[in-house]
Amino acid sequence: MAATTFSSATPGLWHRIKGRLAAEWRRSKTSYLFIAPFMTLFVVFTVIPVLVSIVLSFTYFNTLQPPKWVGIDNYIRLFLDDDVFLIAVKNTFVFAAITGPLSYALCFIIAWLINELQPKVRAILTLLFYAPSISGNAYMIWLIMFSGDMYGYLNGLLLSWGVIDQPIQWLIDTRYMMPIVIIVTLWMSLGTSFLAFIAGLQGIDPTLYEAAAIDGVQNRWQELWYITLPSMRGYLMFGAILTITNSFAAAGQITALVGYPSTDYAVHTVMQHLQDYGTIRYEMGYASTIAVVLFFSMVGAQQIVQKLLAKLGQ
Amino acid sequence: MKERLYRKRLNRNLFGDIVIFIFLAAGASFTALPLVFAVSNAFKPLNELFLFPPQFFVRNPTLQNFADLFTLMGQSWVPLTRYISNSLLIVIFGMAGNLFFGSLAAYALSKHDFFGRNVINSLIVFSLMFAPAVLRIPNYLTIAFLGWIDTYWAVIVPAWASTLGLYLLRNFMDAMVPVSLLESARLDGASEFKIYWHIAMPIVKPAWLTLIILSFQQLWGTTGGEYIYSEALKPLPYALDQIVRGGIARQGVGSAAALIMMIVPIVVFVINQSKIVETMGTSGIK
Repeated sequence: MAATTFSSATPGLWHRIKGRLAAEWRRSKTSYLFIAPFMTLFVVFTVIPVLVSIVLSFTYFNTLQPPKWVGIDNYIRLFLDDDVFLIAVKNTFVFAAITGPLSYALCFIIAWLINELQPKVRAILTLLFYAPSISGNAYMIWLIMFSGDMYGYLNGLLLSWGVIDQPIQWLIDTRYMMPIVIIVTLWMSLGTSFLAFIAGLQGIDPTLYEAAAIDGVQNRWQELWYITLPSMRGYLMFGAILTITNSFAAAGQITALVGYPSTDYAVHTVMQHLQDYGTIRYEMGYASTIAVVLFFSMVGAQQIVQKLLAKLGQ
Repeated sequence: MKERLYRKRLNRNLFGDIVIFIFLAAGASFTALPLVFAVSNAFKPLNELFLFPPQFFVRNPTLQNFADLFTLMGQSWVPLTRYISNSLLIVIFGMAGNLFFGSLAAYALSKHDFFGRNVINSLIVFSLMFAPAVLRIPNYLTIAFLGWIDTYWAVIVPAWASTLGLYLLRNFMDAMVPVSLLESARLDGASEFKIYWHIAMPIVKPAWLTLIILSFQQLWGTTGGEYIYSEALKPLPYALDQIVRGGIARQGVGSAAALIMMIVPIVVFVINQSKIVETMGTSGIK
């Protein structure tokens, strides 16, 4: 009965929708075919898993028994009962507020400066700056440098200069851990965004600079502000998103440097907290809750950056 | 070429260039440390590797580590060439699919106007911000459902869905490929695929050369993880990892292996970066 009512009441609407869809398909068939292979994989390997994990964030799921619906309990627990999470939020905020803008600026400034040099020098310099991202052992040298005994390079140096009279436990002492983690992160920040900026700078039409010179642009700084930055807007957004992801979801380099868990959770981040529940405790529901919260904070940061980038060159 | 170099020199002075070079060289000597360390380590004899306090530079360089590595690999049950070809297979197919499907979609998402385009573009950006750690279980189930466990596909096909590559390519298409150029090609009767392949792709060459670097590096480093467990299907990093785990005395062999694993992506990097630098901005419309 309900079905007949539906079909008799809405044939007009249904026909209109069908007509629109058919027209759209005829008009944009090529476009849909172009995106079809990628979109299929994207939906299967990203969109559906993300949706699944958003649903899981409202459940208790230990990966062995079927998930049990718990409503917003995970969210309540996360914000009201989980002291370690609040420490992680504070650390991640400090870490991201410092490394995010600085590493982003570094990526752009160094890419831009490299672009000022002769082509032959560029490829080599790019490799040297990218080295921490391409070599698997990047943290090794920092572990030696900050080693807590008197043979660690930094301790050795400070001892011989007489600045300190006993070695400092750089990677265990809560006073030094955050600065060290930040320094190492900045040192290895010239990664994917850096390469994208390098490539983007190659793509700027040289005639733009010629025209600008005729219009009265007198030095490289003015070129940077009036031509280069506005031409790079798309790549800058790309770099910003990667920077946000890297700084909000930092975990790997921190675990490699100070171990897991760090002393007094001094550099415990939200992403480490997530991995703790996801891969050590197998509380997938709770881990998904953290992922959802992390996701929305990144989207928030991204929206702010997008508004700022829109103002470039104005 | 001369004319281009001249263009480039507008608003520049030698003094500024020298200052920039010195500044960059100082920074680069700092970031290059892990490369120096890896090379130095690979040539250290065993007694130097275990020296305490650890030494940065090698004192008595030797090729013994490499010799040991090849002896060990020669004894392994699965021949070394098999591991290498497994790795190459994964890298080549994974990278080719990532590049082709990604750029095809990027072209349509950048230059075509169709229903759903903006939603898809935002979805792609947002997807980059979702923690991959929680997607592993759903992805494992999908791959198991498709029957791809313990096949190359389990590693290759997910690489095709890399949103990072697509987003990179789309940004370059947005900024570098002029719509007027595509319009005139359409008027000449070129098919969309031809326009994508012969016009758009050559213009965004710096973008896909960069994507090759990133994709290569990622796939070359894969160990097959939770998906591939047959010994004969394992890629090279897994085999080398096994050797290094053979005990503390394998430290020397381990550093030789680490250097060999590093050299291949570095060669790809240098080749591609030099090509990127060669492609000076050419907008196609004069």
